[in-house]
Amino acid sequence: MAHDHDHHHDNELDPMAARVKALETILTQKGLIDPAAIDVIVDTYETKVGPRNGARVVAKAWSDPEFAGWLKRDATAAIASLGYTGRQGEHMQAVFNSDETHNLVVCTLCSCYPWSVLGLPPVWYKAPAYRSKAVIDPRGVLAEFGVTLASDKKIRVWDSTAELRYLVVPQRPEGTQGWGEVQLAELVTRDSMIGTGLAREAQ
Amino acid sequence: MNGPHDLGGQMGFGPVTPEKDERCFHAEWEKRALGVTLTAGAMGAWNIDESRHMRESLHPADYYASSYYEIWIKALERLLQRHRFVTANDLAAGEAVDSAATPKRVLKAENVSAALAKGGPCDRPVEGAAHFAVGQRVRTRNFHPTGHTRLPRYARGKMGVIDAVREGFVFPDSNAQGNGENPQRVYTVVFSGAELWGEGADPMLEVSIDAWESYLEPA
Repeated sequence: MAHDHDHHHDNELDPMAARVKALETILTQKGLIDPAAIDVIVDTYETKVGPRNGARVVAKAWSDPEFAGWLKRDATAAIASLGYTGRQGEHMQAVFNSDETHNLVVCTLCSCYPWSVLGLPPVWYKAPAYRSKAVIDPRGVLAEFGVTLASDKKIRVWDSTAELRYLVVPQRPEGTQGWGEVQLAELVTRDSMIGTGLAREAQ
Repeated sequence: MNGPHDLGGQMGFGPVTPEKDERCFHAEWEKRALGVTLTAGAMGAWNIDESRHMRESLHPADYYASSYYEIWIKALERLLQRHRFVTANDLAAGEAVDSAATPKRVLKAENVSAALAKGGPCDRPVEGAAHFAVGQRVRTRNFHPTGHTRLPRYARGKMGVIDAVREGFVFPDSNAQGNGENPQRVYTVVFSGAELWGEGADPMLEVSIDAWESYLEPA
């Protein structure tokens, strides 16, 4: 099957493309929105606000115990000190993976996600399969991401039902003593900060 | 409301299908859908709770057949009509036909970066001491309101433990209906897998929610 997933493709015949275009046209003609503002929003999330932000937060927490402590106590302020603030990151909490506990973040009710550090959520994060299964069978979800945890490891699932936004701090990989923050950040994947992955191993 | 959005513990949706090297957007229209949703929201006519409630009020068959940006756009069309910015005539014509209500503000391109960097904090001062303390056992209420709520069905009537006492936040159940912010303190409440899922639950599982004070009773 050529198209085995449920994306809509961008062409003139796509009914959603036509529907969105009509809405933008109506609102623009009425002076209610500025289409150039949409361009800036899109550019922001395509090029400026994304998981590299979160990776820098994690790498700094791995390198700097004082920063890690601040991140644990007041994540919003610690993250803001690196310049990451704003929409869907107003009230941040950082949760730290350990030898005993693995953390996983979901929003069962909608699509709450820490935009300021991870950017826009991936399609699977917003889709029913993940939202339904993460709270009842997180090990099954992790298996679908190719992650297997020890059976005696505790799993803590954080359902983002209010306005707190959660960032998982994965465990620092072995063999990275002496690495700088830039090099460490390369090991921090988006999924490792949601909890559906682990940090990359040092090569 | 017990709507289609309240997905925790439901079954039958198949495996999670992560994409390798997923793109930020999968079609040009998704970019415009994001931008139209944010710029229309910036008019200040509705709050985030009302927009969430509109999305979860889609017919369940429509909700499950729609991608997330489709859900956003379908809900946005309804919000714009409810608040008299857009009419059925406009939508049928695909262009502006009728006049519109006056927005509180219009978000211009030059103000976008500042607006996004500022965000929309919804913590609010609350009077008095917290009713619950860290470590205290609580039971979530068992209710089924027809309006908006952020207490998911799988966590109603369950015994949990207060894991953290947060600040006061706008109360969505009230704010979504236009009945004011009525802020309440929020708590992170943690439940065992067995409390939520009973027989066969993962013995090493804990799940937490963030619950407004009125969702909780002493246990």
